[in-house]
Amino acid sequence: MNGFVDRLLGRVRLGGWLAVAAPVIAVAFAVLITSVVLLIAGSDPVEAFTTLADYGTQPRSMAMILNTGVMYYISALAVAVGFRMNLFNIGVDGQYRLAAVVAAGLGGAAVVPGVLNIVLVVVVAVIVGALWAAIAGLLRVYRGVSEVISTIMLNAIATGLGSWLVSEHFGVLTGNDLGTRPIPDDAHMPGIPLIAGTPVLVNGFIVVAVVLGVAYWVVLNRTRFGFELRATGKSESAAVASGVSVKKMIVVTMVMSGAVAGLIGMPELLGASYKYSNNFPAGLGFTGIAIALLGRNNPVGMAVGALLWSFLDNSSNQLQLLDISKEIVQIMQGVVVLSVIIAYELVHRYRIVAEQRRVSRELAAPQEAPKAGAAA
Amino acid sequence: MRAFRAVMAGAVAAAVTVAAGCGGGAETTTPRSRPLQVGLVYDIGGRGDRSYNDAAAAGVDEAKRNLTGLRVREVEAAQGEPAGRKVERVRALAEAGYDPIIAVGYSYAPALASIAPRFPRTRFAIVDEPTVSGPNITNLLFASEQGSFLMGAAAAMRSRTGDVGFVGGNRSPLVRKFEVGYVQGVKHVKPRARIRIAYLADPHDLSGFDRPDKACKTARRMYRAGADVVYQVAGASGAGVFRAADQADAWAIGVDYDQAKSADPAVRHVILTSMIKRIDVAVYDYLAGVADHTVTSGRIVYDLKRGGVDYSLTGGHIADLHPRLERLKQEIIHGRLKVSPG
Repeated sequence: MNGFVDRLLGRVRLGGWLAVAAPVIAVAFAVLITSVVLLIAGSDPVEAFTTLADYGTQPRSMAMILNTGVMYYISALAVAVGFRMNLFNIGVDGQYRLAAVVAAGLGGAAVVPGVLNIVLVVVVAVIVGALWAAIAGLLRVYRGVSEVISTIMLNAIATGLGSWLVSEHFGVLTGNDLGTRPIPDDAHMPGIPLIAGTPVLVNGFIVVAVVLGVAYWVVLNRTRFGFELRATGKSESAAVASGVSVKKMIVVTMVMSGAVAGLIGMPELLGASYKYSNNFPAGLGFTGIAIALLGRNNPVGMAVGALLWSFLDNSSNQLQLLDISKEIVQIMQGVVVLSVIIAYELVHRYRIVAEQRRVSRELAAPQEAPKAGAAA
Repeated sequence: MRAFRAVMAGAVAAAVTVAAGCGGGAETTTPRSRPLQVGLVYDIGGRGDRSYNDAAAAGVDEAKRNLTGLRVREVEAAQGEPAGRKVERVRALAEAGYDPIIAVGYSYAPALASIAPRFPRTRFAIVDEPTVSGPNITNLLFASEQGSFLMGAAAAMRSRTGDVGFVGGNRSPLVRKFEVGYVQGVKHVKPRARIRIAYLADPHDLSGFDRPDKACKTARRMYRAGADVVYQVAGASGAGVFRAADQADAWAIGVDYDQAKSADPAVRHVILTSMIKRIDVAVYDYLAGVADHTVTSGRIVYDLKRGGVDYSLTGGHIADLHPRLERLKQEIIHGRLKVSPG
């Protein structure tokens, strides 16, 4: 028997046309609700959606959407690794920020030249993210502390630790902005001219994101580790019975989740800002949670979710030029997540009911057959 | 409101004379007949934050009433957005033909640095940020150290114990400038006074501006230890300092606004005075300058002389100190007394 959480986290599969029906229903529902909100706020929904469509189809905006989407996608992957094992790593946010601070500090010091510096920055970020997440994993295993609580608290500690590192160790003041020393030009991640018709380059980390997405799918579905991870997520007792060390799995999964989280800030650090300062994006870890739910932990689903989320976020400037408040974007995002959850739940229930009907029909059929034989 | 206009009239006159005086700044105006289409980009919080952004909004609103044919488009920032989003925001406005474009807050510095050169005929202004520059960029700056110097002087004059405090929202350069001015003011009046300094958060942590509980504890500790005047530069956390002052039956000093008028009525009686930072005046001046083609690029510092920083007399608690403070103010204005920005 599958519970609601199993269905919510995409651990139950939908086959055939049902898999398509759910997202279509969700989007239609989200458009409907948003239109009502826009009407109540006194704006014209048609105008708003035309602006959105217009914005989303320009080459320049497409490049921007991809660039933000890369960060969102990596964040969603980091969250999803934990989700698949019933581990709620709320600490992705702190993990990536702390990783970015330390990596930015080292990268700015330019201990090694050029490409080596890029490698160093990325490796350091992965290690810091992994270690920070490991704290929550170890607390869970040895002290039974719920990872939800510990990671939330570790987020707050990461904020403090990060700003202490910047102000006391790595900080350079430019105007009123206190940040780490900028990473030298030779260690910038090159962009890719992926979209024709715009000078805006797509962040080179899009390649890393795609590789991570594929790796996520392969590791989870084609390796023994992935099987054990999914098994532990579905039933801990069954996993123990089949010889899986749950304690080891918890720590390893948290470390993996944190390692991926360490990469979230890299597209911005090595491809856009080149330093960690007040302007560094915050809260990406929480965006990742929403996108993982939206994409149901499926690598393709999360990619679609990340792009949708990024599209909505990026279009907020354009909507405001139309006198539509920026909060409408958050409403849309919230409604999309809720509609996806509701739509999938409805489709699942429909499937269950349909299944039950089919089974009862099949059970009913042979009963009638002997009756017919008796009459004959 | 009348006082507001009077300050503004003086400020406009000062702006014009200074504009004539600094020949280095490039003239960026182009004669035009169509109405001004002002683009205003806010920092986090936007219109309605009862603080920084609202002060800029007040200047724009005043300009809308006084300057004919002014049309304003306001665009807000989202919490934790990447810097690229700010660049796109400024770019979208410039592309849509808005001119001038006013950026509220230093976090727009990278956006202006990258967009302003691409739209040479559009005029840009940025509040509180000195580093970004260009032939079409005006930096609207505040000598908050001068205003804070007077607060330090007032605190030292009013203090019986010779022990005063300072509570900052976070240890950022912007807030440090207030501390530096305050300390100089205290030392100027009472060289041997004891000054207790506390910050509620580290530079990257904006939560210090929204933690009245923490501010209250911090200030209470200062009052218990013997301080009897505490200056707060902590945004919404300031309310906690006022509460602590009320409980300790001591004085507190407000910031940015005349807080004896804007704070919770129950604690207004503890507010000795407030250091007022007129972002509204700066924004209004800038728009007026654009409207009559006198605007210049480069830094414009809103100091005591220009009425960009000042102090309030509401409540009458410093009525007796007023003449001495005015003398200090005049000395600073005439350059006889130098206040270092730190």
